Amino acid sequence: MHNSEEFRIPIGPQHPALKEPEGFSVALKGEKILGVDIRLGYNHRGIEKAAEERSYIQDIYLIERVCGICSHSHSTCFVQTVEEIAGLTVPARALYIRTIIAELERVHSHLLWLGVAGHEIGFDTLLMYSWRDREVVMDILALVTGNRVNYGMNTIGGVRRDISLQQAQEILKAMDILEERTKYYIEVATNETTIIKRLSGVGVLSREDVLLLDAVGPTARASGVKRDVRVDDPYAAYGELTFNVITDDHCDVYGRTVVRVKELLESYKIIRQALKNLPAGPIAIRAPRKIPAGEALGRYEAPRGEDVHYVKSNGTEKPERVKIRAPTLANVQAVKHMLRDRFLADMPIVVAAIDPCFSCTDRMVRLAEQGSDKSKIISWPSLHAYSIEWHKKQGIDFSELNKKLAARLAR
Amino acid sequence: MSQEEKIKENLISKFSYLDNSINLVRPRRISIEVGLDNFLAVFAYLAKDMQFSHLCTITGLDEQERLGFIYHLAGAGGVMINLKTSVPKAKPLIKSVTAYFPGAEIYERELVDLFGAKVEGLPPGHRYPLTDDWPAGQHPLRKDWRPNPDIGKEAGKDA
Repeated sequence: MHNSEEFRIPIGPQHPALKEPEGFSVALKGEKILGVDIRLGYNHRGIEKAAEERSYIQDIYLIERVCGICSHSHSTCFVQTVEEIAGLTVPARALYIRTIIAELERVHSHLLWLGVAGHEIGFDTLLMYSWRDREVVMDILALVTGNRVNYGMNTIGGVRRDISLQQAQEILKAMDILEERTKYYIEVATNETTIIKRLSGVGVLSREDVLLLDAVGPTARASGVKRDVRVDDPYAAYGELTFNVITDDHCDVYGRTVVRVKELLESYKIIRQALKNLPAGPIAIRAPRKIPAGEALGRYEAPRGEDVHYVKSNGTEKPERVKIRAPTLANVQAVKHMLRDRFLADMPIVVAAIDPCFSCTDRMVRLAEQGSDKSKIISWPSLHAYSIEWHKKQGIDFSELNKKLAARLAR
Repeated sequence: MSQEEKIKENLISKFSYLDNSINLVRPRRISIEVGLDNFLAVFAYLAKDMQFSHLCTITGLDEQERLGFIYHLAGAGGVMINLKTSVPKAKPLIKSVTAYFPGAEIYERELVDLFGAKVEGLPPGHRYPLTDDWPAGQHPLRKDWRPNPDIGKEAGKDA
């Protein structure tokens, strides 16, 4: 495989393209990717060890910080696992409130993703549009929880804040605005030939590959695998609500886009139902400080896919063991597969398409010539610019579409 | 008969020694304990014949004299099987399941770094999640391990 024409490009290791920064080493022949080698773990923070040293209550706030974007996902997954061990019956109202916050979080996460995806392919008007709309849901989250992320809503035995009638009205108003906007995105995503051409056949992952590599979330559903914990293994209030699991058979980045925008509509549906049927009653029950010895496994459908928490208790106020498997770790394996035999110019969107957490930090790419000391460093923005120019030469140019959408905004 | 009871019956008819080690915890949760000698046979049967086709993750446990490993397998109907096996700490050797789930590689590497497990059949590759200069024999999720403030100091000097 190695010969004088092959280039090996390390991306990273300090490369925060994913939640946990990681090192990609891309073997390249010309513009074609021969293989990708992934080194993970650069941002390992020892949270599982730290959780053993803290009380269950302290752990809620520690675990909420596993991820900035899916913070409610991790805290809910943790508390419901502990509640199962302790045998607590959480009040129905608390379960509904958890569900509402969970779907609001999914909406903000998917809209964030849509903007990042637009940016990576040079469709920046879409980025501006979707991030403007995302502010609608961020304002709602701040109104209900007091914060844009890390909501602090969960506690063992329920939630810490109620949703008032007035807040419910505000949420419903926001859902109407977002629904109209989302319908427009679905129209853009399914009708604009530039998007369809740019995303189709890119980052292909077959149904068989999903099953083999254990991919989760929209990445799995876009390859026709109907895998969604909310339906398969219902938690919170999902068992009492009706919604569709969106799947798509394109098996590529285009499919992942369609799945996410359509899932937004399902989230609005869930939020409206949950608010309409919000049971009366208390929002929490008192939980013991010491959790009886036992173990449980919790699953949760985070915006990026299945989140898994295992908790073992020993009868004290601190857990014996907390194990967390975030969805990106399950999906990162599939990235390797998606990039093989593709072009370097597709790397930004393929990596972005599993929806890893993007930080604002600059990302560096080091080009090293195989078998010599020569190396060249290019920044992630340069790789991004290269990707857009490369595709322009192939006839995919977003300039007109950017102008078209901007004109609509000006109206 | 519930789906969980059917799974239990199916397993016992195939592996009679599992008779007392299958626990139906609640709807959709089954935990099974199996000795290391029989582990791979039961695992393969679940993964291939019973369509528990999604390995969510593998949890490592420090149980003083032994190391425990729980393989979390998801199947149809939202049923999760937590298949547990354990090995003595003095000889922490388990077999890789990457032949069944190539995605398991990363979960097995975690067990190697954080618990000091030895995984037979693990394909070559980078360690995960600890740094390349992490001292040998230091496994942070073992109960007797305490953070050592000197670890990483040398690496810091190089930077």
